Amino acid sequence: MNTELFGIIASFAITMLIAIPLGKYLAKMYAGEKIWTDFLKPIENGIFKLSGINPNEPMNWKQFLKAMMTINILWLVYGFFVLMHQDKLPLNPDGNTGQSADLAFNTIISFVANCNLQHYSGESGATYFTQHYIFMFLHFTSAATGMACAVAIFKAFRDKTATDLGNFWNFFLKSITRLLLPLSIVIALILTFNGTPSSYAGKDKFISLQGDTVNVSRGPAAQMIAIKHLGTNGGGWFGANSAHPLENPNYLTNMTEIIAQFIVPVAMILAFGFFIRRKKLAWMMFGVMMFGVMMFMIPTVTGELNGNPLIAKMGISQSTGAMEGKEVRFGPTATAYWSVLTTVTSTGSVNGMHDSTMALTGLWQLLAMMVNGFFGGCGVGLMNYFIYVIIAVFISGLMVGRTPEFLGHKVEAREVKIAALITLLSPFLIMAGTALASYMVTAHANIDWAVKPSTWLNNPKYHGFSEMLYEYTSSNANNGSGFEGLGDGNIFWNVTTGIVILLGRFLPIIGPVAIAGLLAQKKFIPESAGTLKIDTLTFGIMTFAVIVVLNALSYFPALALGPLAEHFSMLK
Amino acid sequence: MKKYLIPSIRITIVLTIVLCVIYPVSIMLAGKLSKGAGNGETIVVNGKVVGYANVGQSFTKPQYFWGRPSAVAYNAAGSGGSNKGPSNPDYLKDVSNRIDTLLKYHPYLKRSEIPADLVTASGSGLDPDISVQAAQIQVKRVAQFRKLDEQKVAALVSSQIEQPLLGIFGPARINVLKLNVALDGLK
Repeated sequence: MNTELFGIIASFAITMLIAIPLGKYLAKMYAGEKIWTDFLKPIENGIFKLSGINPNEPMNWKQFLKAMMTINILWLVYGFFVLMHQDKLPLNPDGNTGQSADLAFNTIISFVANCNLQHYSGESGATYFTQHYIFMFLHFTSAATGMACAVAIFKAFRDKTATDLGNFWNFFLKSITRLLLPLSIVIALILTFNGTPSSYAGKDKFISLQGDTVNVSRGPAAQMIAIKHLGTNGGGWFGANSAHPLENPNYLTNMTEIIAQFIVPVAMILAFGFFIRRKKLAWMMFGVMMFGVMMFMIPTVTGELNGNPLIAKMGISQSTGAMEGKEVRFGPTATAYWSVLTTVTSTGSVNGMHDSTMALTGLWQLLAMMVNGFFGGCGVGLMNYFIYVIIAVFISGLMVGRTPEFLGHKVEAREVKIAALITLLSPFLIMAGTALASYMVTAHANIDWAVKPSTWLNNPKYHGFSEMLYEYTSSNANNGSGFEGLGDGNIFWNVTTGIVILLGRFLPIIGPVAIAGLLAQKKFIPESAGTLKIDTLTFGIMTFAVIVVLNALSYFPALALGPLAEHFSMLK
Repeated sequence: MKKYLIPSIRITIVLTIVLCVIYPVSIMLAGKLSKGAGNGETIVVNGKVVGYANVGQSFTKPQYFWGRPSAVAYNAAGSGGSNKGPSNPDYLKDVSNRIDTLLKYHPYLKRSEIPADLVTASGSGLDPDISVQAAQIQVKRVAQFRKLDEQKVAALVSSQIEQPLLGIFGPARINVLKLNVALDGLK
């Protein structure tokens, strides 16, 4: 057991050892200062030239968002048609069929949005062409989109007054060439030399030791799994994601993958501090986020190690903890650690099945995605936290009777309205979706649909409700993990979660960038004795309190009906 | 938005070449140097492939060590767990039945000696490993069926233990396929 605990401590230590210098590096790189990776400049200039882009053209917040939306809409349209007609395209050794319109709708939104909710199984629902040319491509570009938009916010608060938020294309491409691609190469090499397939060979067939005929799905997975984690994407090659022994063959690859999915979210917070020259603020944000993560981590790890009380009653040994849905080579400790980090960040890859974890573990997974601002996804985590900070600034301002300010800019009605709308969007999407699905299951269980609502749930009672709640929470948070027992491969789930993902991705990007753009234009007010200081412990606690209150008010009733009710029913 | 459409199309094409051709093909070529040449590492007995080292396979015959229950019956053309919740009555019944089956084949066992991994389904349905305890409790049955010395089989199990990474990180485990291949070689 101790070796399992050492494993996660080492994983965390290595994450910090990489993330701190990486944060410094990113700050310098995005600021355009001299840095050792400048040898890549000629390549970047070549790409810009071929694309007809001037990377030095300044953009205000509206132009920045227009460029971002244009390319994202292009990917949505192009990807949708590729998914539907993948059977006619090359690189399809297993002869997989095209996706139906509603499945393609869901899948392409999911990948463009960095969500990677998967209503298909990689082995049968996607060709090698789709996996690389659409999914892996979007793994890189959706992460870079999020990071580019976060850097626009960095830029807004670096100078006293600014209208220029930088160039979208410049930040976007550099995120790929200077960070995501080089690190993906390293990770993909570690994976392939530890047993993850990387060749384009199709399915293999053999006769097993005791005489069964077995087919094995394979394919160039290592390349995709590297960026799937680094870009906090989470969409895996195989159906079982990183629980699959080819996708995650041993403890070393497991450590590599869990470190890879956490370094960029941590580094981006630190980069923010280095970039705007307010290190203390960044460390305060890091502290609040880390405190939040530990609040999820400690009960999750202990809960999984204690095992299932109903199985304990059967009198067997659960010395290794709860094992349903988990893999022996990782053990429950590393699986619990992963389940927290994959839900606080927006990765959503899994190395064990979340549907089968303990009831309270499900509660922490849900809460982590509902908050969605403790580190969060590549770039977007910072933006979600930024919204919480604006609300905290506003409330603190009301409490002490001063005009609220953020880094020398007055926060006024317009910014607070945007922040409030973004804050209300998440509970609205999650609750409305879950309510609609619950209504279909209870009132129209046997309606004349191809897949009847009565067959959706894989588990009865409270846990069945949790499955639906989890699906919408994961969609809204652009997380992409699931309580996979849910029968979600049908038109109802494809369409409703597709819409939730789309709104849950782009509004929380547009909102913060708009607020930052609006604030940056305003006159800079120098710090005085009357200024609310946002890099103090007091303000950190205030932000944390705002996060707790907002989320508790929004979600407690739903959580009480799902994981909490299940937990207490098991104690009887 | 029109202004941004042409650059969007062009950068998408250029990046497709970099990210979807140059990057994966380079990794594929480097992977040729790995064990299994990037196709997945196989295990060969008498010149025949009997399985993939990392992909679990079904063992139900009494003369072999058994792996974990699988929600996909070890069909490696797919993968997945049971996705049964911890309080699901059907799931609890499945576990209870698996305990009874184990006790039937291992009448010498006490319930408290059965490790959870042997009666619960894995996440992938293709878990290649079992815990050390899960292998040890099967030694007596395997030895009886094969008419082998129990000590010898127990020693084989010990020799097949894969220790934690660098001796300190993660759990110890036993690869069921490798263990059974070694078992077939035992005289």
